[in-house]
Amino acid sequence: MIRTAALTKRFGSILAVDGVSLDVRAGDIYGFLGANGSGKTTTVRMILGLVLATSGKIQLLGQPMPGAGRAALTEVGALVEGPAAYGHLSGRANLGLLDAMGKGGVRRTRARRIDEVLEQVGLAAVGRRPVKAYSLGMRQRLGLAAALLRQPRLLVLDEPTNGLDPQGIREIRELLLQLHASGTTVFLSSHLLAEVEQLCTRVGVLDRGRLVLQDDLAKLQAPTGRTVVHTPDQDRARVLLDGRIEHRDRDRLVVRGADAAELNAMLVSGGVRVTELGPERRSLEQVVLAATDTSSHQVGVTR
Amino acid sequence: MIAVELRKMLRRPRTWATILLLNALPTLVAVLLAVTDLGPRPGTGPAFLSAVLSDGTLFPLAALAIILPLFLPIAVAVIAGDSVAGEAQSGTLRYLLVRPVGRTRLLVAKLISVIAFVLLAVVIVAVTAYVVGSLLLGDQPLAASVSGTTLTPEQVAVRTALAIGYITLSMLGVAAIALFLSTITDSPLAAALGALAFLIASSLLLTLDAAEALQPYLPTRYWLSFVDLFRDPIFWRDILRGVGLQAVYVVVLLGAAWANFTTKDVTS
Repeated sequence: MIRTAALTKRFGSILAVDGVSLDVRAGDIYGFLGANGSGKTTTVRMILGLVLATSGKIQLLGQPMPGAGRAALTEVGALVEGPAAYGHLSGRANLGLLDAMGKGGVRRTRARRIDEVLEQVGLAAVGRRPVKAYSLGMRQRLGLAAALLRQPRLLVLDEPTNGLDPQGIREIRELLLQLHASGTTVFLSSHLLAEVEQLCTRVGVLDRGRLVLQDDLAKLQAPTGRTVVHTPDQDRARVLLDGRIEHRDRDRLVVRGADAAELNAMLVSGGVRVTELGPERRSLEQVVLAATDTSSHQVGVTR
Repeated sequence: MIAVELRKMLRRPRTWATILLLNALPTLVAVLLAVTDLGPRPGTGPAFLSAVLSDGTLFPLAALAIILPLFLPIAVAVIAGDSVAGEAQSGTLRYLLVRPVGRTRLLVAKLISVIAFVLLAVVIVAVTAYVVGSLLLGDQPLAASVSGTTLTPEQVAVRTALAIGYITLSMLGVAAIALFLSTITDSPLAAALGALAFLIASSLLLTLDAAEALQPYLPTRYWLSFVDLFRDPIFWRDILRGVGLQAVYVVVLLGAAWANFTTKDVTS
């Protein structure tokens, strides 16, 4: 769906994006992670043809960008760096204008489609109020509604839950999962690890303009081959597990060996009380930190 | 796309507030003239103003001459300066472009909506002035040309239409400057003020003898030449020069605006 090759953007002497090769496949919910200022938004803008790349290639839905923008972008819904709308018009009027503005917005179905997306994002009740009276969360929902208006095959969302309350975040997450289930590919750029961890199937991590990691989330979070044991009987456990303990932290032990059942049987038969036991998995935060720690450049430094 | 831009322009409260203000000054002048009966002596003050006391139907021309030096250019600079930069500032530009709307198409639609605004403003001012002039000011059909001969009502109508066209073209020059600046900056205020600064500089240089060599090329040089349409016979020289000069400004600046906008990184 999105494929970039050695994508690079230089603003003057600053290298904002450096040789990024993304691969977002059909059916992914792709989490695009990176700290503020790591080049996420610039990359998203290049994919959408807003910012022109210094070098490198972009394919969006199989077509070269920005050249084929008019064809490819009709099947893409986007939310880039916060929503925007004409404040003096209602949410409904804003959607109508945007839909009438380009190709693919069939007039006959417009009113019905607007009703549908307003319902989907939970704005059905306030669609007729002028946007300047909307809260930040409502504007965010309106931006999402605009992205969904033409049932895109690909959704490109930059920080879609910005400004939403926990209830709203949950609603949007459920909406995205529902859209994904009906065949929409989602490209989600975010700095919120928890959001990506709950939602995404694949992740790419950008660090100071470089893609330092790109893989399936399940693979990144696969069991590490070690088992975590919580027990109050530290001394006895240490005797039993002689040499297999890799790390100890109060009543928590990290033990070499992936077979949790075998370990549990051994500890219990040896008289060790176990309060908690399970295979060790790395959290996304650990994965991301490990990947980003390896490069040591500073943001915005000339290279 | 063009229809949507026009709809957007017409639905904006600001468009109508601007047109209302453009009408306010000539109407105030008409009321003052009607109440005091003190017209400027012939040959002084804004063009045609001395004639309207006797013939109110000439007031549209006087009204245009009143707003042409400052009010109308300000309005045009604000609207044209806002056209791209305003969308950039409010963040809607990026959503238009990923909708997707081609950049050239967007620029053309903006230009057409600015032209439509200028025409709308000029025509509304002329019509309002005609109504106000007929109601408040003199009703002796004078229809005098600036040269002192008499024009038939048909001649006045044709020449008024030509004057409206000429003024619109002059304002198009202003719009082209503001539109070009609007593609450079993300601040509509900067674009509008930049265009005005250019016009003020031009007006200032016109008063300076030392700048004589530059004067034929200054954008405001031939603005008031529309008065020449009401000489008998019409004095075409300055009008044609004005048309040519504005055409050059419009073509060059719109070309620059297009070249800049279609190759620019939209980071707003």
